[in-house]
Amino acid sequence: MDMNQYLSMFIDESNDHLQSLNESMMGLEANPEDLSIVQVIFRSAHTLKGMAATMGFEDLASLTHQMENVLDLVRNNKLRMQDFIFDTLFKSLDALESMVENITGGGDGKADVFAIVAALQAIVRGEIPAAGGAAAEVTAAKPGNTTDAQVYLDEFQYSVLEQSLQEGHQVLYVDVAIRKDCQLKAVRAYMVFDLLERSGEVVKSFPSVQDIEQEKFDYGFSLYYITQKDASEIQKMILNLSEIDQVTAVALDQESLRQMGQESIAATAEAPAPAPAQEAAPQASNASPAAPVQKEENGKAAPARTGGAPTPSRTIRVDIERLDVLMNLFSELLIDRVRLEQLASEVQNGDLTETVEHMGRVSGDLQNIVMKLRMVPVDTVFNRFPRMIRDLAKSLDKKVDLIITGADTELDRTVIDEIGDPLVHLLRNAVDHGIESIADRVAAGKPETGTVHLRAFHSGNHVFIEIEEDGVGIYPKKVLKSAVKKGAITQEQANSMSDDEAYQLLFAPGFSTAEVISDVSGRGVGLDVVKAKISSLGGNVTIYSTPGKGTNFSVQLPLTLSIIAAMLVRLGSEKYAIPLSSIVETGIVKQSQIRTIHGNKMLEFRGSHIPLVSLSKIFSIPDYDESTEEETEIVVVRKGERLVALAVQDFIGQNEIVIKNLGKYLPEVQGISGATILGDGQVALIIDPNAFIK
Amino acid sequence: MAEDIKVIVFKLGTEEYGIEVEKVQTIERMMPITRVPKTYSFIKGVINLRGVVIPVIDLRGRFGIEEAEHTDQTRVIIVNVNAMEVGFIVDSANDVIDLNRDIIDTPPDVVGGIKAKYLDGVAKIGDDRLLIMLNLAEVLNKGEIVQLEGLEG
Repeated sequence: MDMNQYLSMFIDESNDHLQSLNESMMGLEANPEDLSIVQVIFRSAHTLKGMAATMGFEDLASLTHQMENVLDLVRNNKLRMQDFIFDTLFKSLDALESMVENITGGGDGKADVFAIVAALQAIVRGEIPAAGGAAAEVTAAKPGNTTDAQVYLDEFQYSVLEQSLQEGHQVLYVDVAIRKDCQLKAVRAYMVFDLLERSGEVVKSFPSVQDIEQEKFDYGFSLYYITQKDASEIQKMILNLSEIDQVTAVALDQESLRQMGQESIAATAEAPAPAPAQEAAPQASNASPAAPVQKEENGKAAPARTGGAPTPSRTIRVDIERLDVLMNLFSELLIDRVRLEQLASEVQNGDLTETVEHMGRVSGDLQNIVMKLRMVPVDTVFNRFPRMIRDLAKSLDKKVDLIITGADTELDRTVIDEIGDPLVHLLRNAVDHGIESIADRVAAGKPETGTVHLRAFHSGNHVFIEIEEDGVGIYPKKVLKSAVKKGAITQEQANSMSDDEAYQLLFAPGFSTAEVISDVSGRGVGLDVVKAKISSLGGNVTIYSTPGKGTNFSVQLPLTLSIIAAMLVRLGSEKYAIPLSSIVETGIVKQSQIRTIHGNKMLEFRGSHIPLVSLSKIFSIPDYDESTEEETEIVVVRKGERLVALAVQDFIGQNEIVIKNLGKYLPEVQGISGATILGDGQVALIIDPNAFIK
Repeated sequence: MAEDIKVIVFKLGTEEYGIEVEKVQTIERMMPITRVPKTYSFIKGVINLRGVVIPVIDLRGRFGIEEAEHTDQTRVIIVNVNAMEVGFIVDSANDVIDLNRDIIDTPPDVVGGIKAKYLDGVAKIGDDRLLIMLNLAEVLNKGEIVQLEGLEG
């Protein structure tokens, strides 16, 4: 049996489940009381576990199993969802995703998920820390009130501590907060532990030492410590380390230890019972400023989020290669159709003509369908953005709503595969630099929550994807000022530039790394890369901005990459296609207009001299040479700012052509970017104009 | 006991060559070829094989034998090696035979002027028929050609 067949199915379905898990988790986060969503999540996780186990991906299966344990408690009302659980579950999803990615890349899907598994197990046991850094501050604020402690002891640790007390040692409860601007907090934590180990013994710490070593903690940690020294002495020692914000060391006596021990054991015994820490958590989550909400305005594409099983999908998966074969077969059919039409017009038989015409209509419809088979809704790219925006907003302490419209807009598969990265970049830009901080927004009289619109829609032969936010906007004058300062343009140029031209400067390569721009508006980080990528797809990106009100990046994309508009030209008996997108204009020049400069043929074109390239010489065309002709047809092509005139014999006309590659044996031929099949079945080569412009 | 293999037999001049049948996709009559400039002279160009663009090599040119006029017998053998689809122009191709691997001998140093590295072996079939088995991977190896041209230049 071919396991590979199942593997690709497994990968596809795992990705589907992960996506739906992500979406449902986001839905649950917006609506934590809705247990029906938990059911959906549970089912998805359960299916994923089963699939992974069947395929022998043990790590994947065991991680999903731990997630299930948590979800099971939640759906049975034994555990309330809260920030820490959400974060841990999201982390688990990330880990699962990277495991599936690893499998996709041919790996065995193994990953070190010990920390996450431990966290999930801790949740099941009821050991839930209150929301990270905030918790540390809370405890630090009330030293001595040890009943708030989140470090639960097991019986063994409890008895160790008790015995130490009886033997006359000091048992301290130590709470350490590291400064928030600390770069290497794990190292600081290590130094604290190192210091403590020199004069005593750390019995138990939270988070665990392992997690601390891997920086898996916020800026604080707590521990039980046995020593001979005084609490104040220890406190002073730790404070002497740099970058330590606060230290609380409380000496415990038999009484307080027993109290804590009982609590711990009680908490461990009935895990789901809400511990004190859990009650603090909802407040913490309210206080947390990041609360992104995902909305879907488009009714059709809106997945049913609240409860119930998702409607069964009415689609099947088809290998893209089979579609290519179908396309090829179909173009065969088209060629025969053209031939039939010719024959019918020669034969002049009414019945035949009628049949051929009917066949023409049917094949026209067929062509539409075949082309549509390659079209994929842009949703497949968009669906990862809500999660990304959530995480981004959270890490930046901003409130952001992402509103997606037109997720069902369809684009060719090849374009879809390429467009993800530029969109990620633009969205990050919008949230990071476009949307202001909450304080700034309030000061500007805007609602606390910023809005990012992600829209896709069809227009003519193009698809537009827009990213619009209601953030700080771009001030053209400031852009121009820093451009002048950077030496990208002169002051005179700046004076004569329109706002639109100023915005275009943001896409200039030199701007990408300039801090100057980030200070002004935060734009320009790697935008040149975005622009280059979109251009390579035959698209375009434009900026509209109202200073103070927000910015709109509009990305225009062709529907498909496999069909382009081209100009067909003839040179002797050979036909070539030149992509229309790089043609500036066509014309005829007389032999007398051609000059020779430094041995190169040049041509005057709109006030400047551009090189004239002889295609017949470069391609050694056997039966044509333009130098024997009095007048020569030229095609002026462009690469960026530079122009070149290509000499040809005749223009055949403009045509939509299907791009094909030359096959693996001829991956690269100078000056040729591919081939297409003409109506008569002949192959014509596609000229790569870039190759002629150095 | 080695197994039998099926072999497509074709001719270049007076020599008979063989290619294992599973490497051959199809055998076509001569069809219009679009010249591809800026490539090796033995690459005659590309053809449209049912919607797929495939490069075509003149095997005579590839082996340094003088190229011949195309006739009614001329065939294009489309092979698929290492996911590379390539057409070979041969003088004629009209036979499929079963061959026992045991009777394929290692190639002599030089056979019919073709470098031994292009050959997998030679099989004696019948009394006076020699069948030259081609090593397609080497025939399609372009790295070696560059070296060859460099030497000639």
